[in-house]
This record gives sequence, structure tokens and C-alpha cells, in this order.
Amino acid sequence: MQMDRHSHLWRNAVAMPTVSRVAVCGGTHGNELAGVYLVRERLKRRADGTEPVSVVTVMSNPRAVQLCVRYVETDLNRCFTRATLSAPVSETSPYEMIRSQELNALLGPKGSAQAVDLLCDLHNTTANTGLCLITYSDCDWICLHICKHLQREMASTPVRYVHFDIPLNEAYSLDSVGKHGFAMEIGPQPHSVVRSVIFSAMQEGVQLMMDWICQFNSGTLFEGGWVDVYTMVKNIDYPRDSETHVITAAVHPNLQDRDFCLLHPGDPMFLSFSGETLRYKGKEALYPFFINEGAYYEKGIALSLARKRRVEIPSVRSETLR
Amino acid sequence: MALLFLPALARMAVCGGTHGNELSGVYVVQEMERQRKEKGEGVWPIPVTTVLSNPRAVKECRRYIDTDMNRCFSRDTLSSPITDSSPYEVRRAQELNNLVGLKGSTDAIDLICDLHNTTSNMGLTLILCTSSDWVTLHICKYLQTKITKVPVRVLVLDFPISDAYSLESVSKHGFTLEVGPQPHGVVRADIYIIMKEAVDLTIDWIHKFNSGTVFEGGDVEAYMLIKSVDYPRDPETRTLTAAIHPQLQDKDFCLLKRGDPLFLSFSGETVNYEEEETLHPFFINEAAYYEKGIAFQLAKKMMLTIPAVRVQKD
Repeated sequence: MQMDRHSHLWRNAVAMPTVSRVAVCGGTHGNELAGVYLVRERLKRRADGTEPVSVVTVMSNPRAVQLCVRYVETDLNRCFTRATLSAPVSETSPYEMIRSQELNALLGPKGSAQAVDLLCDLHNTTANTGLCLITYSDCDWICLHICKHLQREMASTPVRYVHFDIPLNEAYSLDSVGKHGFAMEIGPQPHSVVRSVIFSAMQEGVQLMMDWICQFNSGTLFEGGWVDVYTMVKNIDYPRDSETHVITAAVHPNLQDRDFCLLHPGDPMFLSFSGETLRYKGKEALYPFFINEGAYYEKGIALSLARKRRVEIPSVRSETLR
Repeated sequence: MALLFLPALARMAVCGGTHGNELSGVYVVQEMERQRKEKGEGVWPIPVTTVLSNPRAVKECRRYIDTDMNRCFSRDTLSSPITDSSPYEVRRAQELNNLVGLKGSTDAIDLICDLHNTTSNMGLTLILCTSSDWVTLHICKYLQTKITKVPVRVLVLDFPISDAYSLESVSKHGFTLEVGPQPHGVVRADIYIIMKEAVDLTIDWIHKFNSGTVFEGGDVEAYMLIKSVDYPRDPETRTLTAAIHPQLQDKDFCLLKRGDPLFLSFSGETVNYEEEETLHPFFINEAAYYEKGIAFQLAKKMMLTIPAVRVQKD
């Protein structure tokens, strides 16, 4: 019976190309420090050549890392749209635009056969998100299986799959350069701070990702199942003064730190500095995340809202013939 | 100790945004200015000057533009000649000295309450430059009895007055109101509420004091700064090789004993506290202190005895 079931799974598994080339990127935002120190640590312990997959480790924004700021001139992680990657650059172009084209040449080009198979971009957030894999696809079986693997193996950290429904050309972040890719986002951690447990969680997440890839490439069959996918629906800004544009309220204590807890119409969202409660006026109950992310005040985002749905994923195995 | 008569406090200043990315103070000052606009000068029972200390840094949501403003209030810096190449914060410090000082003169404002946030888990910490100012120590005692939501602690830096370089050294009495943990560049409602309550209670104390209330003396527990400890660093690059150990992270003001873990290196090794003296760590993993070479600071706990006080009648 065991043999029959195994052959059945094998025949019905989706065969996918091996994940032969992987990129691990940190410091895309120079003050998100777990990724910065993880990249430094990986570069120090240079590959001993025994890993069955080729990994390139990259410090994405070295100038911002040096200054411990998110970016020097413009947000690097918004510079990977096709338009920005193909725009002409000169010495007067913003540093991050020049750098995004360098990274695209190194790890891409985006959309081509030469691009790395998987790009994992390391980030931190001040929001209480746990570990999130953030990507542009809800049917990338490699990313979804990696998520499932992390969920199974990481005992003390919640792991979730977040999906931004944006077509590849408009996808603006570094992870869109690889054939498969995701941001590995871990919070809460203040910017410009490294917390030991956050560093360890990120190190574990990357290690488990590498373990999965190695097993996959060696011919292991990964059984299908399902993954909860949070698809971003909209952003909500802070209440602001109409003239000065300064914020007039903070995220409400009932919502603060409650990332991925269902928000119902009528639930408190903001508490004004003069003590009034402002409530969620939407008609649909949604899942809030990136609640009170420090870098998003300037982008006009107090929190993002997502719909959750269960996605069936098939069994997968690598295309290597056995 | 006998009852001590002290002069009334005619005016206080509430200063926010001395570090432009420590946001609770920025919004407390904003809210107080809104209240004054709405209800007029009589909105508080005593005269209060509200100050946004470092407006350019607030606008850019950075700690400072050229140099840390809260190091610019020494006598030397306040009297240095201003040129085109003077750092922005030095210029601004001299403006503030004119506004709420002059430091050391009889015209200086009676009390400065300087609002700060920290990424460290310090609850509400009242930071004093000196252990012998009865007014500020009485305010601390009052806040400790009235605020129960978070621990309220007193930290004494014990500077000789002549060396003091922070904003609150400009006025006759001064203290820093430090609330954490909050990431820089973020405003949390719960932290804002604590800070606002502490400011309101300070105003309350001054009003009661000026009105003749006798404030009983007693003992105030305080922490006295002894020294700072840096992160383990790479000798060439000076980058950190370890983070604060998970067992020390968020344990501000706990007891640190010989053998307790301090740091966990990025390659997995533990570094322990090897000194004999049991001390209390604080400012554990404060973001702004990485560049100052401080992973945490250590304090000795002590008891300060304060006399009963009452306002001097004219």
C-alpha cells in the first residue's frame, strides 16, 4: 500500500526546475539590522563548498548600512519596477536607483533566464508581525512550500504568507528580481536596533529555507496541503490635520500589536492625542498587518488590511530524473 | 528633617522633540499647543511654556541634524561664537537658552520638563542631574505614588552643575521624563498616554505646591549611574559582534550578578558579566547609543532622604 501511495503521489506531483542558484540579501533598508548582521555573519563564514546549492550573499544598500538609515536618497526597495530598472542613469541619479540597476545585473536581469532561482530579501519591521514571507504570487508552489516548511519547523515564531497582487512589471521590490522570491520580514524590532531573538529567528528561517531547497534539489517529494494566504486589499492612513498634514492620532491601544487579528467594522482603530476613539468604517472584516510601522508614516500608511483565504498547494518535486 | 520653605515656581517649560525622532514628546507638545489655542492661557493652573526643541530634526524625523542637541547646553557651547559653519543644534541651543534661560541666571525659567523616548524597556524613568534638588525629587515622589500603570524610577546622573550639558540644566530645576520602550520614529498610544499623564501630574504638583500644600518628606529610592558598557566589537571594523543576550534584553533595572549573561554573539557564544559588584543595568539596547559605544549602563541603587517642603510665603 505504501508503495502504491508513494508512486501515486510521485506521478501527481508537480515537477519543477531545481532551485540551483539562491540569493540572500540583507541591508536593503540600512537600519533593519537583523538582516545586516546575518549577511555580515554569512560573508564571514564563507561557503565551504559543501552546500549542494550555490548561494550568493549580498549587502544590498551598503551606504545606507554605513549610515544606519533606511535609505540615502530614495527607498531602494521601490526601485525594481521595469521602468526604474531600464531608466537611463547618470552620476546625478539617486544612489539607490544606480544601486538597483547594479543589483539587477548581479542577481537578474529580472524576468530573464539568467536571474537567480530564488531571492530571499531580509527585512525587519516595528510592527508585531512575527515572521512573514511577502511575495507577489499566491500560486508560486516553491514559495508556498517553503512557507509550509517554516511553519512546521519553527516552534516559537508565527509564520505567515502575505501576498501583494501586483503584476511582475509593476512589482517594485528586490525579491521580484529572482525567478522565485520573497521578503522575509520579521518583527517587532525597532529600526537601528538588533534584538538577539529576532536575529536568531531570521537565522533559523534562512537555514530552514536552505534545508528545504537542498532536500528539494536532491529529489525529495513534498506532499501538498494548504496554506493560509493573506492578500493585501488596502492601506489606511493616519488621521491628519487638513492644513499641516501632521498626524492627529496614534494607532489605538486595542489595535496596536494585534497584527493578523481580525478587525471588524466598528472596532477601534485610532486614539487621537486629545483622547477620542476613531473606529474602522469599512464594511468588510479584514486582517490588519504592518500596524504602526515606523518607516510607513512618510508613505501615509498606518496599517494595511488583507483578506485571508486557504490556498491548496500540490505535491512538488524537482525535475531531476531519478 | 525640618520643614523646608522654598520659592514658588512661577513658570515651567515642557520641551518635546529635543531628539526629533522621539515622538511622544513631539505630540504631547502639539496637543498642549492645541489645547492652549482652544481654551486660552488659563488652560493650565500655572503658566506653561511649550517648546518644540529641535524643529528641523522633528521635520526630518531624525535624532539630530548636525550634532546631538542634548549635549549642547554646557556653558562653553552656550557661549561659543556662532559662525556660518556652526552646527544647527548649537545655534538652536543658544536660541533656547535665550528663551528659557539664561542658564545660571535669576531670569531662567523655574522648571524644565524635557520629554524623551527610549527603545529600552525602562517604563517611566525620571532622570536628574543632581541628587540634592528637593523640588525635582518631590515631583518624582509624587509621580511614583500617582502612576501605577508602569514602574516609575528615579535615575541620578550626579553631574557637577558646572559640567551639565543637557537641556534641563538651563532652568533653575529640571528633569528628563524618559518613557520606553518605543521604537524611534514611532508613536505608540500607550506610551503617549503615560507621558501625557506624567506631564499633567507635574503641573498638578507645582500648582498644589504654589498653593501652600505641605509635601511630606521621606525616602526616595534612586539609581545612581556608575558606568557604561559597550558591545563586543570587531577590532578592525568596529562593527558589533554580539547582541544583548535574550536573558538581559528588556530587563532594565533588574539585578545583574557575576556570571549572568550579557551578550550573545552572532556566532552563538555567550559573554557573561565578570565583575564582583552587583549592579542594575538600564538603557539596555538603546538604538541611539550604538554610535556612542554604549550597550547598556550600570547603576547602584540608593535611598535619598528628602525633607518636607512648603512654598515660601511672600
